[in-house]
Amino acid sequence: MSAVRTSRDASPGRRLGHAVIIVLASVFLGVFLLLPLASVFVEAFRQGVHAYLVSLHQPEALAAIRLTLLVAAIAVPLNLVFGIAAAWAMTRFEFRGKAALGALIDLPFSVSPVISGLVYVLLFGAQGWFGPWLAAHGVKIIFAVPGLVLATIFITLPFVARELIPLMQAQGSEEEEAARVLGANGWQMFLRVTLPNIRWALLYGVLLCNARAMGEFGAVSVVSGHIRGLTTTMPLEVEMRYNEYDYVGAFAIASLLALLALLTLAVKTFLEWRYSDEIAAHAPGGH
Amino acid sequence: MRKRVLPGFGISLGYALAYLGLIVLLPLAALAWKASGIGLHGLFRLLESPRTLAALKLSFGGALLAALLNVFIGLLVAWALVRYRFPGRRLLDALIDLPFALPTAVAGIALTALYAPNGWLGRWVVPMGIQVAYAPLGVLLAMVFVGFPFVVRTLQPVLQSLERDVEEAAESLGATRRQTFLRVILPLLVPTLLTGFALALARAVGEYGSVIFIAGNIPMRSEIAPLLIVQKLEEFNYAGAAALGVVMLAFSFILLLLIAVLQRWSRRWAERAA
Amino acid sequence: MRPAATEIPMTLVLDRLTRRFADFAALDDVSLQMAPGEFLALLGPSGSGKTTLLRILAGLDYPDGGVVMQGDQDFLAASARERNVGLVFQHYALFRHLTVRENVAFGLRVRPRRRRPSRAQIREQVERLLKRVQLEELGDRYPSQLSGGQRQRVALARALAVEPELLLLDEPFGALDAQVRITLRRWLRELHEELQLTTVFVTHDQEEALELADRIAVMNRGRIEQVGTPQAVYQDPATPFVCEFIGRTNRIPLARHAQGWGAGAWPLMTDPWDGRYRHGVAYVRPEHLTLSVPDGQPAWEARLRHVYLAGSVAHLDLYVGDIDLALEADVASEDLGRLGLQPGAVLRVAPNRLVAFPFDDDHGNRAVIRDRWTWRPPDRR
Repeated sequence: MSAVRTSRDASPGRRLGHAVIIVLASVFLGVFLLLPLASVFVEAFRQGVHAYLVSLHQPEALAAIRLTLLVAAIAVPLNLVFGIAAAWAMTRFEFRGKAALGALIDLPFSVSPVISGLVYVLLFGAQGWFGPWLAAHGVKIIFAVPGLVLATIFITLPFVARELIPLMQAQGSEEEEAARVLGANGWQMFLRVTLPNIRWALLYGVLLCNARAMGEFGAVSVVSGHIRGLTTTMPLEVEMRYNEYDYVGAFAIASLLALLALLTLAVKTFLEWRYSDEIAAHAPGGH
Repeated sequence: MRKRVLPGFGISLGYALAYLGLIVLLPLAALAWKASGIGLHGLFRLLESPRTLAALKLSFGGALLAALLNVFIGLLVAWALVRYRFPGRRLLDALIDLPFALPTAVAGIALTALYAPNGWLGRWVVPMGIQVAYAPLGVLLAMVFVGFPFVVRTLQPVLQSLERDVEEAAESLGATRRQTFLRVILPLLVPTLLTGFALALARAVGEYGSVIFIAGNIPMRSEIAPLLIVQKLEEFNYAGAAALGVVMLAFSFILLLLIAVLQRWSRRWAERAA
Repeated sequence: MRPAATEIPMTLVLDRLTRRFADFAALDDVSLQMAPGEFLALLGPSGSGKTTLLRILAGLDYPDGGVVMQGDQDFLAASARERNVGLVFQHYALFRHLTVRENVAFGLRVRPRRRRPSRAQIREQVERLLKRVQLEELGDRYPSQLSGGQRQRVALARALAVEPELLLLDEPFGALDAQVRITLRRWLRELHEELQLTTVFVTHDQEEALELADRIAVMNRGRIEQVGTPQAVYQDPATPFVCEFIGRTNRIPLARHAQGWGAGAWPLMTDPWDGRYRHGVAYVRPEHLTLSVPDGQPAWEARLRHVYLAGSVAHLDLYVGDIDLALEADVASEDLGRLGLQPGAVLRVAPNRLVAFPFDDDHGNRAVIRDRWTWRPPDRR
């Protein structure tokens, strides 16, 4: 840290300037970030704790929670394995087209969520490429759980890879080479050297990946079909309740998602503080 | 071919490519294929529709404006968080990422509740004649919200590594604070600000969840392009949806490419100056 | 793995190795032999190919051409993990998440079950090695809690734990400060004498190579310029590069004249090249300049510009105006007064030993290495 300026070393005029900047920033963050967060909980409890609990206990709410957990439980591990494979290939070998591969990995971040859903409708929907074939064989992807999973995978695909690539690049391959020279086979090298070195970055990536997977709205909205109890994840249930003027119900589910966000932020901050040098310095690209 | 020293090249690259091919490339190919179905003529007809044009204008104009606002706000906030120590700083710092972590639908209904005529903020601003909810201003607000963390988070490490002695040198040469900031610090930050701008822009252009609740979605006034895609899908107009999707993607890529060029140019310029 | 531990260790023969990277040749036709138990230094500036050569021996890189044979076996056919070499990386590459003890035990623990020693044996072996590298007290520390010198010794113990047939060290002292470096250097030499393990180390520090190695291979631009004992390389450099890279030297342009060769007022009455060349260059070490040549014998008139006292030795900065040439000479400090060496004094200076190379005029003044000429005055021969 080179540039911390305390108000002690400044003239009174400057100190006033500092105070103005601090107050402006704090007020902005308070109004802009804290107030919406607070309003979620206030609206959720507007009619008391009982109404809150009742609205969460409805079958479609429970179904939405289960579905959200299921989608995340499939999408996150798949993207975890992909992230490790992609990072290993990208940081340990030289090959042609590497830059293109990197750009391809980042691509889902620069695509609108709606388009991320749209592409699967065009692929598997009734008029899509594989639509007629799927219909003939009785397989339902769009307006069903597989579509939700695919759209979620697309949206959250880059998180783990993006976290691992800069870290593994910075760590270099010397430790793995040392393990090889010492006689380790591929698995031993991976489990005893690579994995322990990237564990916190991996956790960090999974955390962000999971938060987005559970909270994704646009992409799943397009492929879901909004069938209550069957294809509505929590964010979709929030929308449906809101559009039905069930504000308490909408904010009750929203409050669960907000809690998830707060938990994610807390763990993220902890990881950044405790393991800063084992997590790659990263720009927040496209979270 | 040369023997590879570390194992797993074939399997890791093969797996990554197959996965990307199935999850990303194949669906995008379907998009291109479906969009080509309406032909150039159809594409022009689509773009001639005033409603589509208005939506595209709002999505891109709003996103550009939101990203620009985020550059200024982000610079102020990052400066305060990096340069000064004050109570609550760490908490505010952790909160910066809230728009990343908070699901967009939640952000959308929360912002709407705040700025609706009977909301906490709405009941103050609406009587003043400022319509936020169900108006273009609401779209802008939601876009600023979702893009906000990008500028701050890209700036923070750069501000932190900025050498204090460069500023001290400028001051010892007689520069005022203003001159030091404008002539020494700002030029060094330009490439980073452009990165943050591009990221915030890309996010805001495609944003859906947090916008549609507060926008009110009035055709020709507060309707964004992604929403039009959804509507076309609901009408089973797949080709129209695909065409609009391709137009949006193309616009975004051109914009990002432009910014990348600008960025390279400004970085070279900053390096020469440094 | 070959059961080499019971066999008589065999000479390693490197034959015509080449390794090209995209835009340059890291190794260009390199041949070398390594005798069992030898301590060999690969010495050269950065980019000379020495680390590439070491990595090829370790199995971390492969040549584009050439072979490495160990007896009648193709050494390169074995992968890094089958090769049974110990490698100490320049920056040690210690496993940061493992303690010192676990680092040292790694190579034993990853062996296939049937060749893996028992836990007790591993523990015993690790303790023995930690003792040898004088780190018994620090076994439970993590690499980040160690000093540079300690890390280096952990890396060495880790490499030795697998009982390698060949020990490879990449710039083993490069990352250490001067004090630690000298202590460790002596310690490593003693260790080598004790273990008699064939050892190759890479360094760009000539002093290190001269002090430690049995033999030195001097490398430049992917080629081996000279292989020999430290004495041979220092006293009898084979190429202009070796002259300039090892030790300090004066570079003096030579020209042919009517009776022979010379530079300015200092002529030699012989022509070793029988008139085949017209220009050349001579290398003279600072200690091979006579500073008080009697009148009547050929010598340069040199003005003493500066005296730099460096402890027991004084470095003299001389200038020969006649041929516009700066020279550096060394004398013992105690001789300064006796020789009356004051700045401004004019001395009669001449080489008493030199190595010269003629230039091939047709090829842009390239030195002709095979026509190297070592000269000493007739009375000293």
